[in-house]
Amino acid sequence: MPRVRIVVCVKHVPDIQSERALGPDRRVVRDGGDGTLNELDENALEAALSIAEARDDAEVVVLTVGPDDAVDAVRKGLQMGADEAVHVVDDAIAGSDVIGTARVLAAAVQHVGDVDLVVTGMAGLDGLTSLLPTALAQLLDLPALPLAAELTVDGGTVRVRRNLDHATEVLEASLPALVSVTDQANEPRYPNFKGIMAARKKQVTTLTLADLGVDASTVGAAGARTEVVDAAARPPRENRVLLTDEGDAGLRLAAYLVEQKLV
Amino acid sequence: MTTTAPVLVLLDHTPDGALRGPVREVVTLARELAGNAGVLGVWAADAELGADVLADLGALGVTRVHRLVADADTHLSAVLAEALEQALAAAGAGLLLTVSSFENKEAAARVALATGAGVVTDADGLEVVDGRYVASKTVFAGTWNTRCAVTAPVAVVTVKANAVQASPAAAPVATEVVDLAVTVSAVARRVTLVERVERPASGRPDLGSAHVVVAGGRGTEGDFSPVEDLADALGAAVGATRVATDEGWIGHDAQIGQTGVTISPRLYVGAGVSGAVHHRGGMQASGTIVAVNSDPDAPIFEIADFGVVGDLFTVLPQAAAELRRLKG
Ligand SMILES: Cc1cc2nc3c(=O)[nH]c(=O)nc-3n(C[C@H](O)[C@H](O)[C@@H](O)COP(=O)(O)OP(=O)(O)OC[C@H]3O[C@@H](n4cnc5c(N)ncnc54)[C@H](O)[C@@H]3O)c2cc1C
Ligand SMILES: Cc1cc2nc3c(=O)[nH]c(=O)nc-3n(C[C@H](O)[C@H](O)[C@H](O)COP(=O)(O)OP(=O)(O)OC[C@H]3O[C@@H](n4cnc5c(N)ncnc54)[C@H](O)[C@@H]3O)c2cc1C
Repeated sequence: MPRVRIVVCVKHVPDIQSERALGPDRRVVRDGGDGTLNELDENALEAALSIAEARDDAEVVVLTVGPDDAVDAVRKGLQMGADEAVHVVDDAIAGSDVIGTARVLAAAVQHVGDVDLVVTGMAGLDGLTSLLPTALAQLLDLPALPLAAELTVDGGTVRVRRNLDHATEVLEASLPALVSVTDQANEPRYPNFKGIMAARKKQVTTLTLADLGVDASTVGAAGARTEVVDAAARPPRENRVLLTDEGDAGLRLAAYLVEQKLV
Repeated sequence: MTTTAPVLVLLDHTPDGALRGPVREVVTLARELAGNAGVLGVWAADAELGADVLADLGALGVTRVHRLVADADTHLSAVLAEALEQALAAAGAGLLLTVSSFENKEAAARVALATGAGVVTDADGLEVVDGRYVASKTVFAGTWNTRCAVTAPVAVVTVKANAVQASPAAAPVATEVVDLAVTVSAVARRVTLVERVERPASGRPDLGSAHVVVAGGRGTEGDFSPVEDLADALGAAVGATRVATDEGWIGHDAQIGQTGVTISPRLYVGAGVSGAVHHRGGMQASGTIVAVNSDPDAPIFEIADFGVVGDLFTVLPQAAAELRRLKG
């Protein structure tokens, strides 16, 4: 079987357990030191690594677009077992919307070259748009099989089962292709000692927009087609009630719902 | 302020041709934005567009429906996207609105790329300010409010269920139906839809768009009957945490949260739910939050409008019985 090259896209995001915020520039505060590999991209890495392990000759490249700190996300990918890492970093990327991010990722995947499979997570836990996978597939001119709850690659065919709001679907396409995987797809591995030691010897390739031949005016705030004009923390909920059941809490709950006109 | 170009709405429907609930809300929003420019609909012809649906659309103020006649399956996002691009052009619309769902987002991303549009997901409001569309959306698990302007000439916006209340137009209109023969590229056909199985309707409201949701977690220990009983007393949908769905106590489609269904009903009731951040991400934008949990330190109480420290197996049945009694 010919060699298979898989690129896994991973995002560095603020830890969802931390106090997340938008700054005065209405952009995500990303320098609080609370950044981490987007949890859902661990499922993407796991999917890629297990496909690679089932082959004699496969290579997994982990790719991120983001500021300096984002290198931690690809490092974690290397520790889990990826072979190579690419980090695209450029001040001009700041303020990208989905279209801009997809453009940079597409150029980076092309730079890696000869890619058979692109794997992404189902969503970035900060932006949560879930738009990126199909946007990237369209730019790369690849068939897209998003939201895989089950994923199999058999020879040159990729097959995905996905659970939607009202239906379950099975999709199939020939490689090269792009898939996004959900947290139902697998149980991500933890990096073990051997993986952590091996990752120390692996190189992270750092690339700029110029290296990728991407016109800076088409990405970042300059190229964005959307602009956040307001951002404010939501005021805490008011008039909150907390009571301990003394035998009548169900009655009081019912009365509350009636009083609030919720029934 | 209203716009000068028509607004196009994707009319999601069931396999037997009934409009999905939130579509009426999105059409209502579109009508408020469109003013005299008009609201147009787009209908994928995998199901019949019946007279009752047309009457419903007319009452909502939809002047014309473009019925997509495609020679490929519009359930495939690449096919739907190409069809929507052609519908946008045929309608001369400057805004495409869809209900927020994973499927619609897949197509929205593609339409935006192909048409040069800006795309905003999960909007809970939309207005025209100085000739630009400005969407409001809550982010970071419902803890921040943002407003996002589309700076491109065309906008694609996916709208959350329950963002607006559906209402009929001041006067009904006659809805014209025009067939739109769609040419689908070879590229869009490279994915094969091997199988699509629609989930049978549960008899309860649809979780994603219900006005009231009662959710159960690990605290139910697998017995969802008190949750279902209260849900039925409230006319609510039933939801769950991932623990409950992973345990197989209820189907995966009931999972509320960051990796499940995102809901923003008027009322959410969580019973035996701790309020983990992954779960909160899918429900924190709800109107009123009620929590019943035996642990006074459960994190869900931090966001509850009405919290009961108590046993769900006594509190829920009592509340359900009282609600039924009050209703008479
Ligand atoms: C709160 C918030 C709301 C936003 N809303 C919008 C909006 O409505 N419209 C819009 O155009 N933009 C929006 N953005 C910007 C957009 O999220 C980012 O530009 C973009 O990086 C996509 O991120 P996502 O998390 O939404 O991607 P998703 O589509 O949710 O991510 C899916 C997968 O794509 C991959 N991926 C995503 N970003 C990267 C990356 N930087 N590097 C490598 N892989 C990546 C990961 O595998 C991820 O699991 C928003 C950003 C924030 C913080
Ligand atoms: C990548 C990832 C994605 C995830 N996505 C989701 C998601 O989308 N949705 C989701 O829900 N979870 C998700 N999770 C799981 C999430 O982190 C929590 O584990 C889960 O939400 C907890 O479910 P729970 O509240 O039912 O259980 P627990 O946290 O165990 O809480 C049970 C609660 O029930 C209470 N209780 C017990 N008995 C009673 C009683 N008789 N009466 C009243 N109260 C009682 C307890 O006090 C406790 O607070 C995800 C996790 C990961 C890692």
